[in-house]
Amino acid sequence: MPDTFQLEIVTPEKLVVRDVAEEIQIPGKNGYLGILPGHAPLISELAVGEITYRNGNTTTRLAVAWGFAEVLPDRVTILAETAERAAEIDITRAQASKQRAEANLASSATEEDFERVTADLQRAETRLEVAEKKN
Amino acid sequence: MANILDIRRRIRSVTNTRQITKAMKMVSAAKLRRAQERALAARPYAQMLTNVLKSLVSRAEIYDSETGEPKHPLLAQRPEHNILLIVVTGDKGLAGAFNTNILKAAVRFLQSQAGENIEIETIGRKGRDFLRRRYPTAAPRTAESQTPVGIALVGEQIGVFNRIDYSLASEMAERVIKRYADNDIDAVYLVYNEFKSVITQRLIVEKVLPIEHVGEVSVALAEGMSEEERKRALEAAKGAGVGIRPPDTHEADAAAAKFATGPVDYIYEQPAEELFRSLLPKYVGIQIFRGLLESVAAEHAARMTAMDAATSNATDMIDSLTLVMNRARQAKITKEIIEIVSGAAAAQ
Repeated sequence: MPDTFQLEIVTPEKLVVRDVAEEIQIPGKNGYLGILPGHAPLISELAVGEITYRNGNTTTRLAVAWGFAEVLPDRVTILAETAERAAEIDITRAQASKQRAEANLASSATEEDFERVTADLQRAETRLEVAEKKN
Repeated sequence: MANILDIRRRIRSVTNTRQITKAMKMVSAAKLRRAQERALAARPYAQMLTNVLKSLVSRAEIYDSETGEPKHPLLAQRPEHNILLIVVTGDKGLAGAFNTNILKAAVRFLQSQAGENIEIETIGRKGRDFLRRRYPTAAPRTAESQTPVGIALVGEQIGVFNRIDYSLASEMAERVIKRYADNDIDAVYLVYNEFKSVITQRLIVEKVLPIEHVGEVSVALAEGMSEEERKRALEAAKGAGVGIRPPDTHEADAAAAKFATGPVDYIYEQPAEELFRSLLPKYVGIQIFRGLLESVAAEHAARMTAMDAATSNATDMIDSLTLVMNRARQAKITKEIIEIVSGAAAAQ
């Protein structure tokens, strides 16, 4: 049994990560999934959240918004609409959008609005969380 | 005979112009390289997304088993009476026939759909300026109000090409999908200059919605480059040191092509239908994104070619002006010698 797997994270703009990892946690739509090498083949939609993967002693965190993951025993491939490393996150911007979302939340009338604003808020909060945990 | 001083002044002015066109050519070449890289960087994602969709088509029950009608609204075909046409041009001119050609294709498409209600949305200043002169601007049609009838401009985006990111395309996709799902519009077409490499370009009208076949671009109208255009582009690319063939991406493409197509039974975390529903809008987004990226690359390529032609024209002009100037100078000298000689002869 191999003790690592290949990891690739791809966004529409570029290949964000091509690395080897020992374990990864991904924000599945129905809750977080922890994946180790040798996992059964799986396809899942991702929600807004945080991807954490570990290789040896280094742990990397990324904030993702909507994505798609394919898990194979020796490979994990993630398609994400956005994926940002902690260092790439603009904290002031994330804070500003959080505040904006919070303000919108109070004023959103329809259900659709509410859903959209909640998603915005979630994205901003995830970004901030990831940025703060920067190791 | 022209005044030597005047000719010299003109030569100097043309030389200056040549310097500018040369600089513009090099700038465009650099921008083209960057645009090409971005377009290539977007490919793996698009490929993978398409693969997942394709594999879902075979697994999920997308078509109604009794009627054969697609269950998902974005796949459903209906008579096209209200059409949305998105025209992608450049913001700036001096790019040869780039903008003109796109607009010609757009007008041809409009003529081919005569009698239907067509809304136009423009991306890029040049397209807006041209179409605004021809067609009235209006608010988008909704299900309640079927006005305006005929062709009208309903939206514009200007100055977006310097910072094209995926969110721009995905917002646009969301908007058109919503309007499509609400029956405000029956079809969405995108006119743009497709760019594979400097010498492989096409002007195409692409049908974005409804989706006819996943993984295939459905083209309503297409026009390749002429032999002459290709030759000129080739020359310009050589002069500016831009690769004719895009960098080798076979390996990355092959890896992307394998995504989600493994010969194994995947565990689906969500039901296939649900995955399919959330993926389709992303697919539309990436189609639009690809169109925008390729249009940017094509614009830079067109500008590079145009500026290369301008530079060589300026060189020709300087050569012929120098010839005229030399001739004039020679004539002047000859005339002076004759004057001296005949003056001396008269004095004897």
